[in-house]
Amino acid sequence: MALVLTLSEQFYKCFIREDRYKLMISGIGVTLKVSLVAVILGVIIGFLIAICNLSKSKFLRAIGITYTDIIRGTPSVTQLMLIDFVAFAAVRWDKWIICAIAFGINSGGYVAEIIRAGILSIDKGQTEAGRSLGLNASQTMIHIVLPQAIKNIFPALCNEFIVLIKETAIVGYVGLMDIQKAGDFIKSATFLPFMPLIATAIIYYVIIKALNIGLRYIEKRLRESEVR
Amino acid sequence: MIKINNLKKNFDKLEVLKGVSEHIRPGEVVAVIGPSGSGKSTFLRCINLLENVTEGEIYVDDELITAPGIDINRIRQKMGMVFQQFNLFPHLKIIDNITLAPTLLKKMSKEDAEKRAMELLTRVGLADKANVYPASLSGGQKQRVAIARALAMDPEIMLFDEPTSALDPEMVGEVLDVIKALAESGMTMMIVTHEMGFAKEVSSRVLFMDQGIIMESGTPKELFDNPQNERTKLFLSKVL
Repeated sequence: MALVLTLSEQFYKCFIREDRYKLMISGIGVTLKVSLVAVILGVIIGFLIAICNLSKSKFLRAIGITYTDIIRGTPSVTQLMLIDFVAFAAVRWDKWIICAIAFGINSGGYVAEIIRAGILSIDKGQTEAGRSLGLNASQTMIHIVLPQAIKNIFPALCNEFIVLIKETAIVGYVGLMDIQKAGDFIKSATFLPFMPLIATAIIYYVIIKALNIGLRYIEKRLRESEVR
Repeated sequence: MIKINNLKKNFDKLEVLKGVSEHIRPGEVVAVIGPSGSGKSTFLRCINLLENVTEGEIYVDDELITAPGIDINRIRQKMGMVFQQFNLFPHLKIIDNITLAPTLLKKMSKEDAEKRAMELLTRVGLADKANVYPASLSGGQKQRVAIARALAMDPEIMLFDEPTSALDPEMVGEVLDVIKALAESGMTMMIVTHEMGFAKEVSSRVLFMDQGIIMESGTPKELFDNPQNERTKLFLSKVL
Protein backbone atom coordinates (compact mmCIF):
# COMPACT_ATOMS: atom_id res chain seq x y z
CA MET A 1 0.00 0.00 0.00
CA ALA A 2 1.34 3.38 -0.92
CA LEU A 3 2.37 5.61 1.95
CA VAL A 4 0.97 8.69 0.33
CA LEU A 5 -2.74 8.70 -0.47
CA THR A 6 -3.91 10.35 -3.65
CA LEU A 7 -6.13 13.40 -3.29
CA SER A 8 -9.23 11.48 -4.27
CA GLU A 9 -8.44 8.82 -1.69
CA GLN A 10 -7.98 11.55 0.90
CA PHE A 11 -11.25 13.14 -0.13
CA TYR A 12 -13.02 9.83 0.16
CA LYS A 13 -11.60 9.13 3.62
CA CYS A 14 -12.29 12.60 4.95
CA PHE A 15 -15.75 13.28 3.66
CA ILE A 16 -17.46 10.24 2.18
CA ARG A 17 -16.54 7.42 4.52
CA GLU A 18 -18.84 7.29 7.55
CA ASP A 19 -20.78 10.18 6.00
CA ARG A 20 -18.31 12.67 7.45
CA TYR A 21 -19.48 15.39 5.05
CA LYS A 22 -22.58 15.60 7.21
CA LEU A 23 -20.42 16.87 10.05
CA MET A 24 -19.24 19.75 7.88
CA ILE A 25 -22.76 20.54 6.76
CA SER A 26 -24.17 20.64 10.26
CA GLY A 27 -21.09 22.73 11.20
CA ILE A 28 -22.05 25.28 8.56
CA GLY A 29 -25.53 25.44 10.06
CA VAL A 30 -24.09 26.03 13.54
CA THR A 31 -21.71 28.76 12.36
CA LEU A 32 -24.48 30.50 10.44
CA LYS A 33 -27.05 30.50 13.23
CA VAL A 34 -24.54 31.53 15.92
CA SER A 35 -23.31 34.37 13.67
CA LEU A 36 -26.75 35.56 12.65
CA VAL A 37 -28.15 35.73 16.17
CA ALA A 38 -24.90 37.28 17.44
CA VAL A 39 -24.96 40.00 14.76
CA ILE A 40 -28.53 40.95 15.66
CA LEU A 41 -27.79 40.93 19.39
CA GLY A 42 -24.55 42.83 18.78
CA VAL A 43 -26.30 45.61 16.89
CA ILE A 44 -29.00 45.94 19.56
CA ILE A 45 -26.51 45.93 22.45
CA GLY A 46 -24.12 48.17 20.51
CA PHE A 47 -26.84 50.70 19.86
CA LEU A 48 -27.89 50.79 23.52
CA ILE A 49 -24.30 51.13 24.69
CA ALA A 50 -23.66 53.88 22.13
CA ILE A 51 -26.68 55.77 23.45
CA CYS A 52 -25.25 55.36 26.98
CA ASN A 53 -21.87 56.65 25.81
CA LEU A 54 -23.44 59.74 24.23
CA SER A 55 -25.85 60.37 27.09
CA LYS A 56 -25.76 63.43 29.30
CA SER A 57 -26.09 61.22 32.38
CA LYS A 58 -22.75 60.47 34.05
CA PHE A 59 -24.10 57.17 35.32
CA LEU A 60 -25.10 55.93 31.85
CA ARG A 61 -21.78 57.11 30.41
CA ALA A 62 -19.92 55.16 33.10
CA ILE A 63 -21.89 52.02 32.19
CA GLY A 64 -21.12 52.46 28.50
CA ILE A 65 -17.43 53.13 29.02
CA THR A 66 -16.99 50.22 31.42
CA TYR A 67 -18.76 47.87 29.04
CA THR A 68 -16.65 48.73 26.01
CA ASP A 69 -13.50 48.71 28.15
CA ILE A 70 -14.08 45.20 29.45
CA ILE A 71 -15.16 43.79 26.09
CA ARG A 72 -12.24 45.28 24.22
CA GLY A 73 -9.75 44.62 26.98
CA THR A 74 -10.19 40.85 27.28
CA PRO A 75 -9.80 38.01 24.73
CA SER A 76 -13.05 36.86 23.20
CA VAL A 77 -12.22 33.24 23.91
CA THR A 78 -11.95 34.07 27.63
CA GLN A 79 -15.29 35.90 27.46
CA LEU A 80 -16.86 32.92 25.70
CA MET A 81 -15.61 30.47 28.32
CA LEU A 82 -16.66 32.70 31.19
CA ILE A 83 -20.15 33.04 29.78
CA ASP A 84 -20.55 29.35 28.97
CA PHE A 85 -18.85 27.75 31.99
CA VAL A 86 -19.67 30.38 34.63
CA ALA A 87 -22.51 32.74 33.81
CA PHE A 88 -24.71 30.18 32.03
CA ALA A 89 -23.36 27.12 33.83
CA ALA A 90 -26.71 26.35 35.42
CA VAL A 91 -28.79 27.21 32.36
CA ARG A 92 -29.96 24.33 30.20
CA TRP A 93 -30.30 26.15 26.90
CA ASP A 94 -28.91 24.86 23.62
CA LYS A 95 -25.20 25.48 23.57
CA TRP A 96 -25.40 27.39 20.30
CA ILE A 97 -27.76 29.94 21.87
CA ILE A 98 -25.37 30.54 24.75
CA CYS A 99 -22.52 30.98 22.27
CA ALA A 100 -24.59 33.39 20.19
CA ILE A 101 -25.29 35.43 23.32
CA ALA A 102 -21.59 35.46 24.17
CA PHE A 103 -20.67 36.73 20.71
CA GLY A 104 -23.53 39.22 20.75
CA ILE A 105 -22.23 40.67 24.00
CA ASN A 106 -18.72 40.77 22.56
CA SER A 107 -19.71 42.31 19.24
CA GLY A 108 -21.89 44.87 21.03
CA GLY A 109 -18.77 46.45 22.53
CA TYR A 110 -17.25 47.03 19.10
CA VAL A 111 -20.50 47.98 17.38
CA ALA A 112 -21.12 50.57 20.13
CA GLU A 113 -17.91 52.39 19.21
CA ILE A 114 -18.77 52.23 15.50
CA ILE A 115 -22.27 53.64 16.09
CA ARG A 116 -21.00 56.31 18.46
CA ALA A 117 -18.49 57.49 15.88
CA GLY A 118 -21.23 57.41 13.23
CA ILE A 119 -23.59 59.57 15.25
CA LEU A 120 -20.81 62.03 16.07
CA SER A 121 -19.92 62.26 12.38
CA ILE A 122 -23.27 63.91 11.59
CA ASP A 123 -23.07 67.68 11.52
CA LYS A 124 -24.62 69.47 14.49
CA GLY A 125 -26.58 71.61 12.04
CA GLN A 126 -28.68 68.56 11.16
CA THR A 127 -29.81 68.18 14.76
CA GLU A 128 -30.43 71.90 15.03
CA ALA A 129 -32.50 71.93 11.85
CA GLY A 130 -34.61 69.06 13.16
CA ARG A 131 -35.06 70.60 16.59
CA SER A 132 -35.84 74.04 15.15
CA LEU A 133 -38.76 72.49 13.24
CA GLY A 134 -40.15 71.29 16.55
CA LEU A 135 -39.02 67.65 16.47
CA ASN A 136 -38.03 66.34 19.88
CA ALA A 137 -34.63 64.78 20.56
CA SER A 138 -35.59 61.19 19.79
CA GLN A 139 -37.59 62.10 16.67
CA THR A 140 -34.54 64.01 15.44
CA MET A 141 -32.32 61.02 16.21
CA ILE A 142 -34.61 58.52 14.49
CA HIS A 143 -35.63 60.50 11.41
CA ILE A 144 -32.60 62.67 10.78
CA VAL A 145 -29.37 61.61 12.50
CA LEU A 146 -29.53 57.81 12.48
CA PRO A 147 -30.44 57.32 8.81
CA GLN A 148 -27.38 59.36 7.86
CA ALA A 149 -25.17 57.80 10.52
CA ILE A 150 -26.07 54.28 9.40
CA LYS A 151 -25.02 55.10 5.87
CA ASN A 152 -21.68 56.41 7.12
CA ILE A 153 -20.97 53.47 9.41
CA PHE A 154 -22.22 50.76 7.09
CA PRO A 155 -18.76 49.77 5.76
CA ALA A 156 -17.33 49.59 9.30
CA LEU A 157 -20.35 47.60 10.44
CA CYS A 158 -19.90 45.14 7.55
CA ASN A 159 -16.30 44.68 8.57
CA GLU A 160 -17.42 43.93 12.11
CA PHE A 161 -19.91 41.32 10.83
CA ILE A 162 -17.17 39.59 8.86
CA VAL A 163 -14.78 39.59 11.81
CA LEU A 164 -17.58 38.21 13.96
CA ILE A 165 -18.31 35.28 11.63
CA LYS A 166 -14.67 34.24 11.65
CA GLU A 167 -14.39 34.83 15.38
CA THR A 168 -17.09 32.21 15.99
CA ALA A 169 -14.50 29.63 14.97
CA ILE A 170 -13.51 29.48 18.65
CA VAL A 171 -16.81 27.93 19.79
CA GLY A 172 -15.04 24.58 19.77
CA TYR A 173 -13.46 25.66 23.05
CA VAL A 174 -16.81 25.18 24.76
CA GLY A 175 -17.67 22.06 22.82
CA LEU A 176 -19.88 23.33 20.01
CA MET A 177 -19.37 21.63 16.63
CA ASP A 178 -19.14 24.44 14.08
CA ILE A 179 -17.29 24.39 10.75
CA GLN A 180 -13.87 24.76 12.33
CA LYS A 181 -14.51 22.10 14.97
CA ALA A 182 -15.95 19.70 12.37
CA GLY A 183 -12.84 20.10 10.23
CA ASP A 184 -10.67 19.59 13.27
CA PHE A 185 -12.63 16.50 14.24
CA ILE A 186 -12.22 14.95 10.81
CA LYS A 187 -8.50 15.75 10.90
CA SER A 188 -8.12 13.92 14.22
CA ALA A 189 -10.21 10.96 13.11
CA THR A 190 -8.37 10.45 9.81
CA PHE A 191 -4.91 11.83 10.61
CA LEU A 192 -5.24 13.72 7.34
CA PRO A 193 -4.96 17.46 7.97
CA PHE A 194 -4.95 18.79 4.42
CA MET A 195 -8.47 18.04 3.18
CA PRO A 196 -10.54 19.06 6.22
CA LEU A 197 -8.57 22.25 6.89
CA ILE A 198 -8.64 23.37 3.26
CA ALA A 199 -12.36 22.58 3.17
CA THR A 200 -12.85 24.62 6.34
CA ALA A 201 -11.02 27.58 4.83
CA ILE A 202 -12.96 27.38 1.57
CA ILE A 203 -16.32 27.22 3.36
CA TYR A 204 -15.57 30.32 5.45
CA TYR A 205 -14.30 32.10 2.36
CA VAL A 206 -17.44 31.34 0.37
CA ILE A 207 -19.77 32.42 3.21
CA ILE A 208 -17.97 35.72 3.60
CA LYS A 209 -17.73 36.31 -0.14
CA ALA A 210 -21.48 35.83 -0.46
CA LEU A 211 -22.11 38.14 2.48
CA ASN A 212 -19.84 40.75 0.96
CA ILE A 213 -21.71 40.74 -2.33
CA GLY A 214 -24.99 41.21 -0.47
CA LEU A 215 -23.65 44.01 1.70
CA ARG A 216 -22.12 45.84 -1.30
CA TYR A 217 -25.51 45.82 -2.95
CA ILE A 218 -27.17 47.28 0.16
CA GLU A 219 -24.45 49.92 0.44
CA LYS A 220 -25.04 50.99 -3.14
CA ARG A 221 -28.74 51.40 -2.41
CA LEU A 222 -27.96 53.43 0.71
CA ARG A 223 -25.79 55.82 -1.28
CA GLU A 224 -28.50 56.66 -3.82
CA SER A 225 -29.18 60.05 -2.26
CA GLU A 226 -25.61 61.16 -2.97
CA VAL A 227 -25.96 60.90 -6.72
CA ARG A 228 -25.89 64.33 -8.25
CA MET B 1 -45.28 88.87 19.74
CA ILE B 2 -41.77 88.34 21.09
CA LYS B 3 -40.54 90.19 24.15
CA ILE B 4 -36.97 89.85 25.30
CA ASN B 5 -35.96 91.09 28.73
CA ASN B 6 -32.33 91.62 29.72
CA LEU B 7 -31.13 88.53 27.86
CA LYS B 8 -27.67 87.32 28.80
CA LYS B 9 -25.69 84.45 27.35
CA ASN B 10 -22.27 83.24 28.43
CA PHE B 11 -20.15 80.57 26.81
CA ASP B 12 -18.14 79.49 29.84
CA LYS B 13 -16.47 82.75 30.84
CA LEU B 14 -17.06 84.54 27.57
CA GLU B 15 -20.00 86.94 27.77
CA VAL B 16 -21.60 87.00 24.33
CA LEU B 17 -24.88 88.71 25.18
CA LYS B 18 -24.70 91.24 27.98
CA GLY B 19 -28.30 92.19 28.49
CA VAL B 20 -30.46 92.50 25.39
CA SER B 21 -34.03 93.78 25.60
CA GLU B 22 -36.27 94.01 22.57
CA HIS B 23 -39.87 93.80 21.49
CA ILE B 24 -40.80 92.31 18.13
CA ARG B 25 -44.34 93.18 17.04
CA PRO B 26 -46.49 91.19 14.59
CA GLY B 27 -45.76 92.06 10.98
CA GLU B 28 -42.41 93.62 11.74
CA VAL B 29 -39.38 92.78 9.60
CA VAL B 30 -36.40 93.32 11.84
CA ALA B 31 -32.91 93.25 10.38
CA VAL B 32 -30.09 92.64 12.83
CA ILE B 33 -26.75 94.00 11.70
CA GLY B 34 -23.38 94.39 13.34
CA PRO B 35 -19.76 93.24 13.18
CA SER B 36 -18.71 89.60 13.50
CA GLY B 37 -18.72 88.42 17.09
CA SER B 38 -21.22 91.06 18.15
CA GLY B 39 -23.65 88.35 19.33
CA LYS B 40 -26.33 88.79 16.68
CA SER B 41 -26.45 85.12 15.67
CA THR B 42 -26.41 84.05 19.31
CA PHE B 43 -29.29 86.46 19.94
CA LEU B 44 -31.34 84.83 17.20
CA ARG B 45 -30.44 81.31 18.35
CA CYS B 46 -31.47 82.15 21.92
CA ILE B 47 -34.93 83.16 20.72
CA ASN B 48 -35.33 79.69 19.23
CA LEU B 49 -33.77 78.18 22.37
CA LEU B 50 -31.03 76.54 20.32
CA GLU B 51 -28.79 78.09 22.97
CA ASN B 52 -29.47 77.81 26.69
CA VAL B 53 -30.16 81.26 27.99
CA THR B 54 -27.88 82.23 30.90
CA GLU B 55 -30.10 84.95 32.30
CA GLY B 56 -33.14 87.00 31.34
CA GLU B 57 -36.57 86.26 29.92
CA ILE B 58 -38.05 85.63 26.51
CA TYR B 59 -41.82 85.78 25.99
CA VAL B 60 -43.49 84.43 22.87
CA ASP B 61 -47.16 85.41 22.64
CA ASP B 62 -47.00 86.32 26.34
CA GLU B 63 -45.72 82.87 27.27
CA LEU B 64 -42.45 82.77 29.18
CA ILE B 65 -40.41 80.33 27.07
CA THR B 66 -37.29 80.53 29.23
CA ALA B 67 -39.23 79.04 32.15
CA PRO B 68 -38.01 75.62 33.27
CA GLY B 69 -40.15 72.68 32.13
CA ILE B 70 -41.64 74.51 29.15
CA ASP B 71 -42.44 72.39 26.09
CA ILE B 72 -39.72 73.72 23.83
CA ASN B 73 -40.87 71.68 20.85
CA ARG B 74 -44.32 73.25 20.84
CA ILE B 75 -42.82 76.75 21.01
CA ARG B 76 -40.38 76.02 18.19
CA GLN B 77 -43.24 75.03 15.91
CA LYS B 78 -44.30 78.68 15.99
CA MET B 79 -40.88 79.81 14.76
CA GLY B 80 -39.31 78.93 11.44
CA MET B 81 -35.53 78.97 11.41
CA VAL B 82 -33.32 79.33 8.36
CA PHE B 83 -29.62 78.64 8.79
CA GLN B 84 -26.50 79.95 7.12
CA GLN B 85 -25.51 76.40 6.12
CA PHE B 86 -29.05 75.47 4.90
CA ASN B 87 -28.97 72.19 6.85
CA LEU B 88 -31.21 70.34 4.44
CA PHE B 89 -31.53 66.65 5.26
CA PRO B 90 -29.30 65.01 2.63
CA HIS B 91 -30.89 61.56 2.96
CA LEU B 92 -34.36 62.82 2.06
CA LYS B 93 -35.72 64.02 -1.26
CA ILE B 94 -36.64 67.71 -1.41
CA ILE B 95 -40.34 67.00 -0.96
CA ASP B 96 -39.65 64.75 2.04
CA ASN B 97 -37.43 67.42 3.58
CA ILE B 98 -40.50 69.65 3.60
CA THR B 99 -43.15 67.10 4.61
CA LEU B 100 -41.18 65.47 7.45
CA ALA B 101 -42.12 67.89 10.22
CA PRO B 102 -45.79 68.49 9.23
CA THR B 103 -46.55 64.77 8.94
CA LEU B 104 -44.72 63.99 12.17
CA LEU B 105 -45.86 66.91 14.31
CA LYS B 106 -49.10 68.18 12.82
CA LYS B 107 -50.34 64.68 12.02
CA MET B 108 -51.00 65.84 8.49
CA SER B 109 -51.76 63.11 5.97
CA LYS B 110 -49.01 62.42 3.44
CA GLU B 111 -51.19 63.72 0.59
CA ASP B 112 -52.07 66.98 2.34
CA ALA B 113 -48.46 67.56 3.37
CA GLU B 114 -47.22 66.92 -0.15
CA LYS B 115 -49.84 69.20 -1.64
CA ARG B 116 -48.78 71.95 0.73
CA ALA B 117 -45.10 71.25 0.03
CA MET B 118 -45.70 71.62 -3.71
CA GLU B 119 -47.42 74.97 -3.12
CA LEU B 120 -44.44 76.14 -1.12
CA LEU B 121 -41.95 74.85 -3.68
CA THR B 122 -43.87 76.68 -6.39
CA ARG B 123 -43.69 79.81 -4.26
CA VAL B 124 -39.88 79.58 -4.06
CA GLY B 125 -39.69 78.59 -7.74
CA LEU B 126 -38.46 75.02 -7.29
CA ALA B 127 -41.51 72.85 -8.01
CA ASP B 128 -39.51 70.89 -10.57
CA LYS B 129 -36.98 69.80 -7.94
CA ALA B 130 -39.45 68.01 -5.65
CA ASN B 131 -38.12 64.53 -6.32
CA VAL B 132 -34.38 65.06 -6.30
CA TYR B 133 -31.99 64.87 -3.38
CA PRO B 134 -30.38 68.01 -1.90
CA ALA B 135 -26.95 67.03 -3.28
CA SER B 136 -28.10 67.95 -6.79
CA LEU B 137 -29.13 71.51 -5.89
CA SER B 138 -27.07 74.70 -5.94
CA GLY B 139 -26.57 76.67 -2.73
CA GLY B 140 -29.23 79.20 -3.61
CA GLN B 141 -31.70 76.47 -4.43
CA LYS B 142 -30.91 74.69 -1.16
CA GLN B 143 -31.58 77.83 0.84
CA ARG B 144 -34.89 78.39 -0.96
CA VAL B 145 -35.90 74.82 -0.07
CA ALA B 146 -34.84 75.48 3.54
CA ILE B 147 -37.17 78.48 3.59
CA ALA B 148 -40.02 76.38 2.17
CA ARG B 149 -39.30 73.70 4.79
CA ALA B 150 -39.57 76.22 7.61
CA LEU B 151 -42.77 77.68 6.14
CA ALA B 152 -44.39 74.23 5.98
CA MET B 153 -44.96 74.38 9.74
CA ASP B 154 -46.94 77.63 9.29
CA PRO B 155 -44.79 79.58 11.75
CA GLU B 156 -45.85 82.89 13.21
CA ILE B 157 -42.37 84.28 12.82
CA MET B 158 -39.39 83.44 10.63
CA LEU B 159 -35.84 83.71 11.93
CA PHE B 160 -33.04 84.00 9.37
CA ASP B 161 -29.49 83.44 10.54
CA GLU B 162 -27.25 84.96 7.86
CA PRO B 163 -29.22 83.26 5.09
CA THR B 164 -26.95 84.40 2.26
CA SER B 165 -23.50 84.28 3.88
CA ALA B 166 -22.62 80.82 2.59
CA LEU B 167 -23.76 81.53 -0.96
CA ASP B 168 -21.83 82.33 -4.12
CA PRO B 169 -22.46 85.96 -4.99
CA GLU B 170 -24.57 85.21 -8.05
CA MET B 171 -26.98 83.17 -5.92
CA VAL B 172 -27.59 85.76 -3.23
CA GLY B 173 -30.22 87.56 -5.29
CA GLU B 174 -32.57 84.61 -5.76
CA VAL B 175 -32.66 83.95 -1.99
CA LEU B 176 -33.15 87.60 -1.10
CA ASP B 177 -36.03 87.78 -3.60
CA VAL B 178 -37.79 84.95 -1.79
CA ILE B 179 -37.27 86.59 1.60
CA LYS B 180 -38.47 89.89 0.21
CA ALA B 181 -41.66 88.34 -1.16
CA LEU B 182 -42.20 86.78 2.23
CA ALA B 183 -41.82 90.15 3.92
CA GLU B 184 -44.32 91.69 1.54
CA SER B 185 -46.82 88.95 2.41
CA GLY B 186 -46.86 90.24 5.99
CA MET B 187 -44.75 87.57 7.69
CA THR B 188 -43.09 88.62 10.92
CA MET B 189 -39.37 88.15 10.49
CA MET B 190 -35.99 88.63 12.10
CA ILE B 191 -33.04 88.57 9.75
CA VAL B 192 -29.43 88.55 10.84
CA THR B 193 -27.58 89.73 7.78
CA HIS B 194 -24.49 91.32 6.31
CA GLU B 195 -26.39 92.50 3.25
CA MET B 196 -26.82 96.17 4.15
CA GLY B 197 -28.64 97.09 0.94
CA PHE B 198 -31.10 94.31 1.55
CA ALA B 199 -31.60 95.25 5.21
CA LYS B 200 -32.31 98.79 4.16
CA GLU B 201 -34.77 97.72 1.48
CA VAL B 202 -36.92 95.09 3.21
CA SER B 203 -36.78 95.78 6.91
CA SER B 204 -39.21 97.89 8.87
CA ARG B 205 -36.69 98.23 11.66
CA VAL B 206 -32.96 97.72 12.01
CA LEU B 207 -31.06 96.70 15.13
CA PHE B 208 -27.37 97.44 15.32
CA MET B 209 -25.60 95.08 17.70
CA ASP B 210 -22.06 95.32 18.99
CA GLN B 211 -20.23 93.87 21.99
CA GLY B 212 -23.23 91.85 23.11
CA ILE B 213 -25.80 94.62 23.30
CA ILE B 214 -28.16 96.46 20.96
CA MET B 215 -26.36 99.75 20.40
CA GLU B 216 -29.00 101.38 18.28
CA SER B 217 -32.40 100.62 16.85
CA GLY B 218 -34.53 102.50 14.36
CA THR B 219 -36.13 102.55 10.94
CA PRO B 220 -33.73 101.81 8.09
CA LYS B 221 -33.84 105.46 7.14
CA GLU B 222 -32.93 106.66 10.63
CA LEU B 223 -30.23 104.10 11.20
CA PHE B 224 -28.53 104.12 7.82
CA ASP B 225 -28.92 107.78 6.90
CA ASN B 226 -28.63 109.39 10.30
CA PRO B 227 -26.99 107.07 12.83
CA GLN B 228 -26.70 108.48 16.35
CA ASN B 229 -24.36 106.06 18.03
CA GLU B 230 -20.61 106.44 17.42
CA ARG B 231 -20.11 102.69 16.96
CA THR B 232 -22.95 102.53 14.44
CA LYS B 233 -21.36 105.35 12.48
CA LEU B 234 -17.99 103.63 12.53
CA PHE B 235 -19.46 100.29 11.46
CA LEU B 236 -21.53 101.79 8.65
CA SER B 237 -18.58 103.81 7.38
CA LYS B 238 -16.68 100.55 6.97
CA VAL B 239 -19.37 98.49 5.27
CA LEU B 240 -21.27 100.95 3.12
